[in-house]
Amino acid sequence: MNDPLILYASLITLFLPVAGFALVTFSLGRIKKVFIGEISLMAVSLLSSVYILIDKLFLHPGVTSVFEFSWISFATGTGNQPINVKLGISVDSVTAILMFAVMLISFLVHLFSVEYMHGDKRFNRYFGYLGLFTFSMLGIVLTHNLLMMYIFWELVGLSSYLLIGFWFEKDSAADAAKKAFLVNRIGDIGMFLGILILFITYGTFTFSEIFAGIGSGKLPFDSEGWLTAAGILVFLGAVGKSAQFPLHVWLPDAMEGPTPVSALIHAATMVAAGVYLVIRIFVMLTADAMVFIAVIGALTAFISATIALTQNDIKKVLAYSTISQLGYMVMSLGVGAYAFAFFHLITHAFFKAGLFLGSGSVIHAMHHEQDIRNMGGLRKKMPVTYFSFLAYTLAICGIPLTSGFLSKDGILAGTYSFGLLTGHWLIPILGFSVVLLTAFYMFRLLFKTFHGKPADLHKYEHAHESPFLMAMPLVVLAVLSVFFWYGLNPASPDSAWFVSKWIDVPAKVVPESSNFSFMNTTATGGESLYNAEYTEAQHHAHFPTMIMSLLFDIIAIGLALLFYIYFKLNSRKLAAALPAVYNFSLRKWYFDEFYNGVIVKGTLLFSSVLYAFDKYIIDGIVNFSAYLTKLISRVSSAFDIIFVDGLVNFTAYINGFAGKHLRRIQTGKVQTYLVLVLFALLTLIILFKP
Amino acid sequence: MSGLPILTLLTFIPVLGMLIILVLPKENPKNIKITALLMTVIQVVLAGFMMSGFNYNAGGIFDQASFQFVEKFRWIEIEGGSWIGKIKIDYFLGIDGISAPMVLLTAIISLIAVISSWKINTSVKGFFALFLLLDTGMMGVFVSLDFFLFYVFWELMLLPMYFLIGIWGGPRKEYAAIKFFIYTLLGSIFILLVMIGLYFSAQEVLADGSKVYTFNLLSLMDKSNYTADGILSPFNPANLRLIAYIAMFAGFAIKIPMFPFHTWLPDAHVEAPTPISVILAGVLLKMGTYGILRINYPIFPEITVQLAWYIGLFGVINIVYGALVAMAQSDFKRLIAYSSISHMGYVLLGMSSLSVAGINGAVLQMFNHGTITAMLFLIVGVIYDRAHTRGINDFGGLATQLPMYTGFVTVAFFAAIGLPGLSGFISEAFVFIGAFGYEPVRILTMIATSGILLGAGYMLWTLQRIFFGEKKEKWASLTDLDTREYIMFIPLTIIIFLLGVYPSIMLDIMSTSVNSLVDFISNNSALSSFGGI
Repeated sequence: MNDPLILYASLITLFLPVAGFALVTFSLGRIKKVFIGEISLMAVSLLSSVYILIDKLFLHPGVTSVFEFSWISFATGTGNQPINVKLGISVDSVTAILMFAVMLISFLVHLFSVEYMHGDKRFNRYFGYLGLFTFSMLGIVLTHNLLMMYIFWELVGLSSYLLIGFWFEKDSAADAAKKAFLVNRIGDIGMFLGILILFITYGTFTFSEIFAGIGSGKLPFDSEGWLTAAGILVFLGAVGKSAQFPLHVWLPDAMEGPTPVSALIHAATMVAAGVYLVIRIFVMLTADAMVFIAVIGALTAFISATIALTQNDIKKVLAYSTISQLGYMVMSLGVGAYAFAFFHLITHAFFKAGLFLGSGSVIHAMHHEQDIRNMGGLRKKMPVTYFSFLAYTLAICGIPLTSGFLSKDGILAGTYSFGLLTGHWLIPILGFSVVLLTAFYMFRLLFKTFHGKPADLHKYEHAHESPFLMAMPLVVLAVLSVFFWYGLNPASPDSAWFVSKWIDVPAKVVPESSNFSFMNTTATGGESLYNAEYTEAQHHAHFPTMIMSLLFDIIAIGLALLFYIYFKLNSRKLAAALPAVYNFSLRKWYFDEFYNGVIVKGTLLFSSVLYAFDKYIIDGIVNFSAYLTKLISRVSSAFDIIFVDGLVNFTAYINGFAGKHLRRIQTGKVQTYLVLVLFALLTLIILFKP
Repeated sequence: MSGLPILTLLTFIPVLGMLIILVLPKENPKNIKITALLMTVIQVVLAGFMMSGFNYNAGGIFDQASFQFVEKFRWIEIEGGSWIGKIKIDYFLGIDGISAPMVLLTAIISLIAVISSWKINTSVKGFFALFLLLDTGMMGVFVSLDFFLFYVFWELMLLPMYFLIGIWGGPRKEYAAIKFFIYTLLGSIFILLVMIGLYFSAQEVLADGSKVYTFNLLSLMDKSNYTADGILSPFNPANLRLIAYIAMFAGFAIKIPMFPFHTWLPDAHVEAPTPISVILAGVLLKMGTYGILRINYPIFPEITVQLAWYIGLFGVINIVYGALVAMAQSDFKRLIAYSSISHMGYVLLGMSSLSVAGINGAVLQMFNHGTITAMLFLIVGVIYDRAHTRGINDFGGLATQLPMYTGFVTVAFFAAIGLPGLSGFISEAFVFIGAFGYEPVRILTMIATSGILLGAGYMLWTLQRIFFGEKKEKWASLTDLDTREYIMFIPLTIIIFLLGVYPSIMLDIMSTSVNSLVDFISNNSALSSFGGI
């Protein structure tokens, strides 16, 4: 059923933020308070997204509204299918929930930024960029086709570029912005190739039409391998955007942007777009593609969690934590825990946005101090920030009664079941070890920032609780990190509404032969993804998962207490005892060193070699042929002068010579002539005497 | 259709302007500039008028009846002796969906270039007279349907260009001008040879039933016109068509310019004054790819199919090599020149796909490259006028100093990078779709996608080096854009946005013709596994 009200509401939600951007841009700095207009537009957009949320969750659950129009169309030669590129939106419960989450966090970040960015010389432009970002992000959420996904994908990349480099006077910010854009482009190339494969096979960008094509048995280049390849290639876009290994290196650097931006873009929404992309293409992923995705997600979660252990910049810890949690979501999709991936995307969006805004509140209070070694004891000075930060920390560690417990346990149970069903045990092993690491580094962060004695008394003395516009979003997000928004039973992830009510898990469309035996395909008539075999495994996984994750949490928090509260253990000594391990973590597994030293330097070197080739060889040949031509022309000119002209002159000379000497006999005297005639006659007679 | 000979007007209005300028006194340069401006404005209005009467469903390409605004008269008629026969050359103009965007582009870019020439103060009279002559040459190339006429216009544009670079250029202007001239002339010789070869291979039937040799491009596309023993006839057993194709392709490739014939371009750009760079990048380069599409493709369809992979290969080399060499540049203008080479590679790649999507993408890319690269050269000109240097590393921190300028630069750079929402993305996307769909060039296309990354690399790096970082004291006196510069930038920016959001405006103009071109090639060649898209 296509309710036109949903269309209007979607368009309002989508376009008001970009109208805000246009408003700020075209005011050309002449209107001092233009940001208020932009925020007002955002507020209307938020209300509109609430309407869609209510409609899709409660009024018309299970209904997908689709609206599309033809954007580009032309015939393609006799006998071929014409090209018809349709743009359009598709609104279902997943769309509605994510749209609302994006709008809510975006709005809260706007409010927070009014105080945080106060006094910045490009204050209004900042809000314009936020509007542009929000628009682009909503475009990703709403799209019903891959092309529009790619378009908005690049546009969030642009707004991310503009916001990371917002303080472009700093070289580090400009560097980080460029790095983010370029690293993302690597993934985007893969995504683009994947889209190309799908388009030339199915002649459409629209998700539903592509899936219908696959479901009908048509495969790219008639091969299941290529279907796997297409899935993995499109997934590469997510590897870039969601900062998955090995393209995760841009996200920590992106912390150069203003902290509210980090909260909105680089924690809650844009980086989750990759996960959302995989959700959208989930039904076309083959078993091989899913294992690949699960392994990438698990490795990402693990690697970044180990790096987060030793970082001292409050935002860097959170950045690696974000990468790790995104790895969780990706891994979750890889193992087929579809609804939990999306569930975690949402819960994570709230608590991680909260963590970043909380860190922003701390940084603001500490006059742009970001090093946790210089903090400490702040809980007394900033109670609202502290308690909300505590709530988010509990949520990210997956402590019961929080939102994070529900979503995270679901994911872990999914990996456990996956291990049981397929024997891929590496994935749950990495997944569970990340629980331990996460709880440790998060409590380390919490303790070093808010507990203990202040390390820098001067800054501590000046610290103060943040004003209302900054504190209020923290409270809202903290409240959203409690379980009851997501389900009534705090101990049962499976009965959370995301899983039991709101999200339908679709059956796959891939051929039976490239699917897991425990998942349904549309061909086998499955309505939902999981069959009895999977449900059985899930049942087995449920209890051990909960026990293990709680146990790991307790161990990790206990260790953090011993290290950072009671000082029974000394982290410095530990680091000194294991320098290689410590440095490996501190230097982030040397990814940046490798990429800079090998890939960036290599490309630049190659480019200068090519330029030298161009200058000296290619252009050298051109100039040499010119030189050669000139040389030949000189030679021929010399030839001309010496030989050709020489011959001419020689002839003239001979004539002249002959003339000069012969003219002596031209005396004009008859007597001489007569003697000569006589002499000639005698000669002839002698010669021709018969 | 009105009886107005609109293509003739479009082509010769600039010559009229030139004549007026020649009689104007040189003491008053303002009048000269206004005359030139007026002529180019009229040209744009005429082009707009032409588009208003343009039939979107007429194919053109090989069929005279579906060409539009056709003007055809006997131009030259000589009794050529017994073995040559009668020489008949037509004044034959007409446009279809492939030439219409180029006509539009030429009109727009010429106008913008005149605005950007406003600050030319040496020998104003000569400059604008030559400029307008150049304009006629370019316009003539895009509307001619007779090979001889095409060639005349092709050569006509060479001379003014030579003087415009050689007199109004930078320090090494003589070198650059000579290099440009000789290189292009070399290409012209190849084209001339093939033209004469074709002339003696095909005969057109006149109304009285007699047969004459012909330069008519459309007649040359029709196989049935070829004589059995014509030197470039498809029926000639000593098939020289492959060699002829390559020779003519090389002639056009020099203009694109295609690797390895490209080294004249950076020199020409670096030495040329800004408006001439704008013309060069905006219009002139397209004459190469246009010539290939208009002449090589339909006259030698079977060889086009045979060589498609090589065309794609050179396209990919242009894309990747151009981008990599651009990355090594420290002169802003030279960097843009190499990026232009890289972006013309997409045109070649799209053409090599032999598919409607790919060639649509290629023609659209020709238009978009014209607007985007023209804007990039204007951008270089703006900063060079003020700072008298183009060293990328000399700058830094200009974003706070020149915010409006930075805004336009950002738009142009991101358009060049192929950001969705701006025009460059659409054309590149269709080039990739078409080329990826055509099996022989699929692998090449995958390699070419690295150009997306490299392009972003050097562009963003340049953006950072010139505009980001701390403000530098020595540039504190630079001023932001003035009104004249806004007038140059705003129309181009609007076009870039418009074609990014609603590309159908341009695609609808070209797609019928591209479709008939592709059909024509597939019907006249042994192309079996045809590009599906």
